[in-house]
Amino acid sequence: MSDATVGQVPATRPRFHFDRWAPALLLMAAVAIYVAACVMTGQTQYLNWSNLLAVVGRSIALGITAIGQTFVILVASIDLSVASLISATAVLASVIMNGAPTMIVPAVAAALALGVTVGLVNGLIITRLDVNPLIATLGVSLVIQGCLSAFVSNFAGSVPPEFQFFAYGNLAGIPFAILFFFALAIAAFLVLRFTRFGSNIYAVGGNQDAAHFAGISTRKVIVITHVICSLCATLAGLYLASRLRSGAPWIGANGVYDLESIAVVVIGGTVLAGGRGGIWGTVAGVMIFSLIDSIFNVLGVDAFVKQVLRGAIIVAAVALYAARSRRIVG
Amino acid sequence: MSDQILSTTPKAAHTRRLPQVNPVYFILAALIVAIILNNPAFAEPAGYMNFLKRAAPLAILAAGQLYVIVSGGFDLSVGSLITLVVVGSSMLLNNDPNATWWVIPVMFGIGLAVGLINGLVVCYLKVPSLIATLGMMITLNGFAFMWSGGAPRGYLPDSFRYFGRVNIMDVPLIRMLPVALIVLITVGFVLNWLMHRTNLGRMIHAIGDNPRAAQLAGVPVNRVRIIAFVVSSLSAVVTGILLGGFAGVSTDVGTGYELQAITAAVLGGAQLLGGRGSVPAAIAGALTLTAIFTLLNFLSLPQPVRQVVQGLILIVAVALAMYRRKRTGQ
Repeated sequence: MSDATVGQVPATRPRFHFDRWAPALLLMAAVAIYVAACVMTGQTQYLNWSNLLAVVGRSIALGITAIGQTFVILVASIDLSVASLISATAVLASVIMNGAPTMIVPAVAAALALGVTVGLVNGLIITRLDVNPLIATLGVSLVIQGCLSAFVSNFAGSVPPEFQFFAYGNLAGIPFAILFFFALAIAAFLVLRFTRFGSNIYAVGGNQDAAHFAGISTRKVIVITHVICSLCATLAGLYLASRLRSGAPWIGANGVYDLESIAVVVIGGTVLAGGRGGIWGTVAGVMIFSLIDSIFNVLGVDAFVKQVLRGAIIVAAVALYAARSRRIVG
Repeated sequence: MSDQILSTTPKAAHTRRLPQVNPVYFILAALIVAIILNNPAFAEPAGYMNFLKRAAPLAILAAGQLYVIVSGGFDLSVGSLITLVVVGSSMLLNNDPNATWWVIPVMFGIGLAVGLINGLVVCYLKVPSLIATLGMMITLNGFAFMWSGGAPRGYLPDSFRYFGRVNIMDVPLIRMLPVALIVLITVGFVLNWLMHRTNLGRMIHAIGDNPRAAQLAGVPVNRVRIIAFVVSSLSAVVTGILLGGFAGVSTDVGTGYELQAITAAVLGGAQLLGGRGSVPAAIAGALTLTAIFTLLNFLSLPQPVRQVVQGLILIVAVALAMYRRKRTGQ
């Protein structure tokens, strides 16, 4: 019926949505600056395939965590417990494996079970006890970190060479970890774009009351996104255990994965208020983050100046497309 | 909508008969009794005055943070601002006791600038306060490192440490009176007056409750929010000056204080995302948090257990507050 009217009215050109393309534009700008920096400093040897892979490979753990964080931020929640969960799973897995290849499967299973448990606890505290997600996950984070530090204070256990394939292995000339990251991103994209659950996520994030009245079980959606987020943090923990060949109780906190994953997601155009955004923005955000580091390295920026600039760049990147919003932000 | 219906039901009327006292005061009283039972020396002036002295920095910080929380935002930059104040003061003072009189105003100037930038970025660049102040946190940490060259040296002269460290002795009735407590009472009084007795405080509440409605009612939203961020930053400067009095000069003096301040405000019944909060209750929340740490210290529990307990208390306190709010229909 409406097809007929569409046929008569000249189709309007699809409008260019700056917000939607901002992460891609930022990424292109970062790449351009990186290339310019390499050329200007005469370090063109960095402009090759293997170095590109190195740039991407640097932030696999952050990327995996950020994919999970995207899910919770899309439902207008947030997860601050990922950093301590990363430490906990890395230690748990490497202690269970303890160098034995036969223990890889039980170790991974135990780590994933821990992830599901933490996600369920987060989700249930938020939905059933009505605790603000920031406070709930901060509290859970303190509990995990406390339990962890009560048992281990240094590198514990060890990872068998077979499991180090996760971080160091190659498939068809491309590091396995990078393939894994992109496979995870594609899976997340498919879930968000093509499944009913994905649509429910956007509905709940957009307006929780409206989603509830539309018959969506909002609590279930929020709990499941938290389980997904915790599972992603678990995978990041397993990756770090594989890369460091052992787990330590500080690797999550040292990487500041909680706040950095949130920053990456927001730079990628996902709105903290929920309901808008997507996985590819997050992937672009992760790339932007590692490119910024690479640019600083190429230019030889002092470590402390680097940190100062980094904070400013995070704010500027978000401001770039948030500044035109007419809403009052939280 | 349903809230109003609830409050007219007989059940709600029944619960109304109880006087509405913020539960944080009961928790604080119970904790103090528990501490005295564990350690009778706490009831002596030397015991509780030292406790108040130790709690004063966090209490002031929580009262400042409350302004931002009630206006509907977060200020994560206070912890690194504290660090910058302590490190910067030691660099500027350069072991010269006579420099204190101009170093302290310089620090307040830095605090004013940081608060203004936070507020301007949030209001005009529309960056969510979580990200804006996170960026500021990273940047200020970088500045603290840059200023001190990574390894802060020197110590703070006694004239600077006066505020945080000295007890005025031979005071009638209480024998000793820490200067930090005088600072806390003064700052607490001013912030309480500003929040609960002036139009500014009412406007902050209105913005946190419903920014759009406040704007339509003629509240200068941006100006008020900027003032809230400035108050928070200035309170962080006061906290830094007090902490410089008893902690040493290092680049992690302020680490974690931002989350403790938010925790304290939430324990005091402040509602994250705005619209509700009280300065005395936030101060009581800070005292409660310090009392919990003191009690755990007396019970000689190891550090990890403290973390677990802090996490659990955080979740339980907010869950109870939400439960209570639902029951009383407020």
